[in-house]
Amino acid sequence: MKIVVAIKQVPARDSLLKVNSSATWIEDADLAWEINEPDAYALEAGLQLKEKQGGEVVVLCAGPERAGQTIREALAKGADRAIHIETDAAADPLTLARTMAMALRPEKPDLVLTGLQSDDLGYGQTGVILAEIMGLPHATLIMNIEVEGSFIKVKRELEDGWFQHVLMPLPALLTIQSGATRLRYATLMGIKKAKSKEVKKLAAASLGAAADGSVRLDRIYLPEKTKRSQIFDGPPKEAAAQLVEKLRFEARVI
Amino acid sequence: MSVLAVLEQRDGRLHKMSLEALAAAQQFGAELALPVFAAVLGAEIEALAGYDLAKVHVLEHELLKEYTPDGYTIALRQLIEKHRPAYVVFPHTYQVRDFAPKLATAFGRVLVSDVVAHRIDNGTLILVRQLFQGKISADMRFEGDAPHFASIQAGAFRADKLRTGTAAVEKTTPALTAEQIRTRPLELFRESARAVDLSAAEIIVSVGRGIREAENIPLVQKLADALGAELAASRPICDNGWLPMERQVGSSGQTVAPKMYVAVGISGAIQHLVGMKGAKTIVAINKDPEAPIFEVADYGIVGDLFQVVPAIIDALAK
Repeated sequence: MKIVVAIKQVPARDSLLKVNSSATWIEDADLAWEINEPDAYALEAGLQLKEKQGGEVVVLCAGPERAGQTIREALAKGADRAIHIETDAAADPLTLARTMAMALRPEKPDLVLTGLQSDDLGYGQTGVILAEIMGLPHATLIMNIEVEGSFIKVKRELEDGWFQHVLMPLPALLTIQSGATRLRYATLMGIKKAKSKEVKKLAAASLGAAADGSVRLDRIYLPEKTKRSQIFDGPPKEAAAQLVEKLRFEARVI
Repeated sequence: MSVLAVLEQRDGRLHKMSLEALAAAQQFGAELALPVFAAVLGAEIEALAGYDLAKVHVLEHELLKEYTPDGYTIALRQLIEKHRPAYVVFPHTYQVRDFAPKLATAFGRVLVSDVVAHRIDNGTLILVRQLFQGKISADMRFEGDAPHFASIQAGAFRADKLRTGTAAVEKTTPALTAEQIRTRPLELFRESARAVDLSAAEIIVSVGRGIREAENIPLVQKLADALGAELAASRPICDNGWLPMERQVGSSGQTVAPKMYVAVGISGAIQHLVGMKGAKTIVAINKDPEAPIFEVADYGIVGDLFQVVPAIIDALAK
């Protein structure tokens, strides 16, 4: 089974973000970067499936040179090889998916996996769009995958604690829900092996995907506060005493 | 030119976010001087005829009785191609996240997903969505030709602002064959009966990633005990198995509106906020002064929770 896992590199979760002077994007020169956490779960799902079914796991990642580090980490966890689409631009999901489809078509994957959303742009759409462009059936928020011949039976998470099984033919695309399994760590052996694994580099421009012209990001900014909060930022003891007094005598909730 | 609200139903009942999406559509329609239509698939919702709408489209077909992304996309594509709405508005539900990006792609458009606010700038609709888990907001604008697609986050528009009226209902049967539907939905199920009903709790103390390790959960439990509160958590805590899934608050967990909600080490991504922002009093404890949780908090302490929580427990004992 040939499994492609699409991953993204995003700013580390605890990053303090600053808006750049033109309000078009964040100041990203000094940030730490890591794999988008939902994609780490997609990678884990892909690796587990390969362990059961055999075959290979190919990592697909679009990003600038620094994304190479995240790709190496995925290879160290057990992916067999990678495709790195080199691009500096933070693309909208349609442009990104069109570019990924160009790189993916020659691979003819049996299964494409990705996280349910990215922690940066947060559209939660790239997987579904990629499926539509590649003409693949898809399902989102998947917790479990069982292979049944040329079909897969997947467990989808719905709202309010409900789930649903869905049967679909291969090839297919799934977006993976976070938290369904534990994530593995790379072993020392894995890290060593990763150094010699193939990373095919493709320049995004050479793939010739059309850029989307249907939406434009006007500006970004820190969210406006909707409530007037009272913030206590003194020493913990003092702040705690102030809070408890407010809860007792102003909010009267305790 | 019109605004079309595509609403979600299951078993003949509207999803709770559908009326908010309909309210958004009415508001966009009023502000842009466009008529507003609604559409439902698979079943007629009689209550929709009681709103101020140009028409309600009911798409009926044996193959639309159960949701599939292929069936819904094909049926809605035909409706949109026939009526050419300028804007197509959805509630940002799990089902919409499953098919709306596919539908927008079929039209060569990007769905502006997870919209939390809007404004009109020189006659143009500007939609606000969140980036970086709610730490940054973005103004989005549509370019090029209609149709334009947007999905509305829970709580962004108020269902009680819906204008009532009378709307004609038009039933149509889309052209749809069984071979076009590639996925087969099987049974719906729940894993286990919910033992914890957080919605009944008067006070909830909720813990997030800031707690760092499972070994630290008892600290937050102590605070909950001191307040006579139920303990809850954001999704990552339950994903890690540090607390059971039934204690999760947010879009994939329970929605709560207690007298007081204390968020400990929770940054406040939109998926969490939609589950708790109806609380009467919200207290946030977080080391990051820019954490989005402070936007909805009535009281906040900026500091290290490992110092702040014990200090609150002490102060409560006095």
